[in-house]
Amino acid sequence: MNLFETTVLRNVGASDDAEVSNAILARAKVLGMTQDAEDAVLRPKDFGAFDHDLRAALAARIAFLAGDEPLAAHYHANSKNYSALTSPSEKGISEGLDEVLSFVDKVANQTKDIAAEDISRLQASGVSDADIVRLCELVAFMAFQTRVIAGLRLMQREAA
Amino acid sequence: MTHIVTKFTRSVPDWRPRVVPVKLEDATPEQLDALKVTPSNTKVSDYVLTLAHDVESLSVRSPLFNAIMYDRGGMSRAERELGALGASMVNHCIYCAAVHADRHAKLARDESVTDELFAKGERADLNPRDRAIFDFSRKAAEAPPTAGPEDIDALRKAGLSGEEIFDLILSSALFGWANRLMHVLGDPVRQKETA
Repeated sequence: MNLFETTVLRNVGASDDAEVSNAILARAKVLGMTQDAEDAVLRPKDFGAFDHDLRAALAARIAFLAGDEPLAAHYHANSKNYSALTSPSEKGISEGLDEVLSFVDKVANQTKDIAAEDISRLQASGVSDADIVRLCELVAFMAFQTRVIAGLRLMQREAA
Repeated sequence: MTHIVTKFTRSVPDWRPRVVPVKLEDATPEQLDALKVTPSNTKVSDYVLTLAHDVESLSVRSPLFNAIMYDRGGMSRAERELGALGASMVNHCIYCAAVHADRHAKLARDESVTDELFAKGERADLNPRDRAIFDFSRKAAEAPPTAGPEDIDALRKAGLSGEEIFDLILSSALFGWANRLMHVLGDPVRQKETA
């Protein structure tokens, strides 16, 4: 895997600064594993109730809410029929995904306020336990990826 | 009887899932492989059995977790634990905070830092290096993240190298992931003491 073809480094951009480059190279294994994680979470073989297009739409929505428009655009490009859901103002009612979207938004952005009722509401709306775990992994991975990118951008900005 | 733990503590609670975990006897070969189940190792926590519902994610996350928290070089292990703790406190993941506060106390051979953080939160009285690390981790974990150039400056003034700063970014971000599993999919619980 070319390190600079990973989603993280494509969104951060190459650095001219030797210290930033060395820090990135020192953790090349972690960045490669992060790309493997993106493949597993966004494009799994066993995708349950959430196909790859829908996962891309949810990832774009989460990136947008995290203030990362370039990353949101990266995922939006693969969201196909679900592209409307990438907008945080879209509730997903016509797609029957309103409970799923409100759960995704809350796990992403009001994590500490999540309670047992949030899970039982999803279960009552027909989402299986396996799909609840899949959904949490997707939101959780995006929390990680957006923050790695945001942190590296800060390092680059300092070096510039 | 059990009760849900609602306050930060270094005493690691049990974890009770809000969904039904995979039953070991029903696990697929792929799940058993990810769970590292062998004839001599059949003990698997409810947390890992819950995550086994999404075996592809579980299989990639475990080695990534280990690399970020334990690989050689860069930031010390104790300080990576402080990064994990900052995020876990923002997300109010009582279980993650307990595990990583306990590890920090053991690795640093010092309980005072986590005592202070659990007693006073953001207003804890910390040395300048721990202060800069905790503040960065906390702000990076907020949604959306609020860490800015001034927080990188503070890390530099506290003496952190570029490699250490990247390790801190990774450990705080990793717990943005872990907290959204542990805190969302289950409750931290403890057996009620009987008289």
